[in-house]
Amino acid sequence: MAANQIMFVLFSAMIVIFSILTVTSRRILRAAVYLLFVLVSTSGLYFMLNYQFLAAVQLSLYAGGIVVLIIFSILLTSHISQKFESSGLKKNIFSAIAALAGATLSIITILDYNFSATTEAAKEVTMKLIGSSLLSVNYDGYVLPFEVISILLLAAMIAAIVVAKKGAPKPTELPNINQE
Amino acid sequence: MLLDIVINKSVTALSVPWWKVVYDFSALTEWIDKSLHNAMSPFWTTIMELLIIGVLILLFYALVGLFLVYAERKVCAFMQNRLGPNRVGPFGIFQTIADLFKLLFKELVPIKNADGFLFNLAPFIVIIASFMAIAAIPFAKGLQAVDLNIGVLYVIAVSAMGVIGVLLAGWSSNNKYSLIGAMRSGAQIVSYELSVGLALITIVILAGSMQLSVIVEAQRDGWFIFKGHIPAFLAFIIFLISSTAETNRGPFDLAEAESELTAGYHTEYSGIKFAFFFLAEYINMFIVASIAATVFLGGWMPFHVGHWEGFNHIMDFIPPFIWYIGKTFFVIFIMMWFKWTFPRLRIDQLLTLEWKYLLPINLVNVLIMAFIVLMGWHF
Repeated sequence: MAANQIMFVLFSAMIVIFSILTVTSRRILRAAVYLLFVLVSTSGLYFMLNYQFLAAVQLSLYAGGIVVLIIFSILLTSHISQKFESSGLKKNIFSAIAALAGATLSIITILDYNFSATTEAAKEVTMKLIGSSLLSVNYDGYVLPFEVISILLLAAMIAAIVVAKKGAPKPTELPNINQE
Repeated sequence: MLLDIVINKSVTALSVPWWKVVYDFSALTEWIDKSLHNAMSPFWTTIMELLIIGVLILLFYALVGLFLVYAERKVCAFMQNRLGPNRVGPFGIFQTIADLFKLLFKELVPIKNADGFLFNLAPFIVIIASFMAIAAIPFAKGLQAVDLNIGVLYVIAVSAMGVIGVLLAGWSSNNKYSLIGAMRSGAQIVSYELSVGLALITIVILAGSMQLSVIVEAQRDGWFIFKGHIPAFLAFIIFLISSTAETNRGPFDLAEAESELTAGYHTEYSGIKFAFFFLAEYINMFIVASIAATVFLGGWMPFHVGHWEGFNHIMDFIPPFIWYIGKTFFVIFIMMWFKWTFPRLRIDQLLTLEWKYLLPINLVNVLIMAFIVLMGWHF
């Protein structure tokens, strides 16, 4: 077995095992940590494909951003002794069916796709290439999704400011601490 | 007999005289690679090279950690008009090694109501994050473990993972001080990461590349801090402030403020697990200092001035590694100077500094830099 295959088996085994642990763990922070391992192994797969930009984005956005947010909210809301009781039989059966249906759908799609094998060396994705294709209006440009996401982010940020902004306190209700 | 053949077959001569290796390590690394390829299959060559790099980085990590703790105590003593450690070895240089052995012999106190798995995992996450970042740093010409074409982004992404370890440590200790320390540390690191990234982006615009070796090479005729006029200098100052905050060092050390929180997120840790946090903190300082040295001060590139051929030639005689170490320790000295002269900030002051001052300045700075590069006003 070549080194590449060994690494692939290692990463995919980690992804599968920790994915299962994420949904079966009864302790919420442990589940978040298992999710972190899944995301880090996925970025390992991207590194293997020589797509370093996506790997670094995966690390900084998912591992460094999303997981930190999840952990932060767990830190604020739950206590260490808290454990979730296991769900009932009916719930288990329905979620198993949903998971199986999803898995079948993806497997059928993957098997249907005609992967063309090539001996060409992996293309190096440089910063300039990513930047120009993100803002290109040509056939393989991504300017429309880029703009849509920008507007979505702007809307989300404005919404966050509106939610977080407190109204100014009424002047009469202010307690005067300097008064004797 | 077999070993003899293997060694005779595998050892070829180094392509340059041995003393030239100090100026360009690529000859040495190529020689090691070729010798290993002659001796074993490509698969085992890769494994061996990974092992060699791993052991070297581990050694470097430990040595730098030990030296930085010693340096911090000496600098602190200097600032406070004391002598500092001076008993173990000449000038006390073996003090930290003695401390390390003391920490190794200490009991690892198990915490009864803690989450054992996460409690033990947290120090490793912190240390692995800093370990991964060190792999991309160019120490000298040809002395870089991986030269990714998105080097700057990689270092930011990987060093951001350390905060997860801090948060886990604080929560799993089941201790209020630890939890508050972890929360403070999380809020601080997440917000100051923004400034670190934007300050680096300013220089990425100037360099036109995120590859660290290209960034160093682009500073052959002048370091970026001089080439980029005022925006580069501003970016350097912002980077210094925000990276000091990101490493949880004073005056931004509220996460482990000993007068309010005993020791913050690592209150419950003892022995070598505590040493891991301690070591990772110093290595993180080393990493941000070497990123500052690489991106703003030219990395291993000697001090060159435009077209002064003679002067540049003299500067070339000093090996690149010395330049790199010198610049890095200069930045580290500035950060230690911060710690021992400024009083600690309150949490609201800390967040005000980032969100109301550094971030707007930084955004305008990026725009100005883009304008300068567009007009070709830089050197």
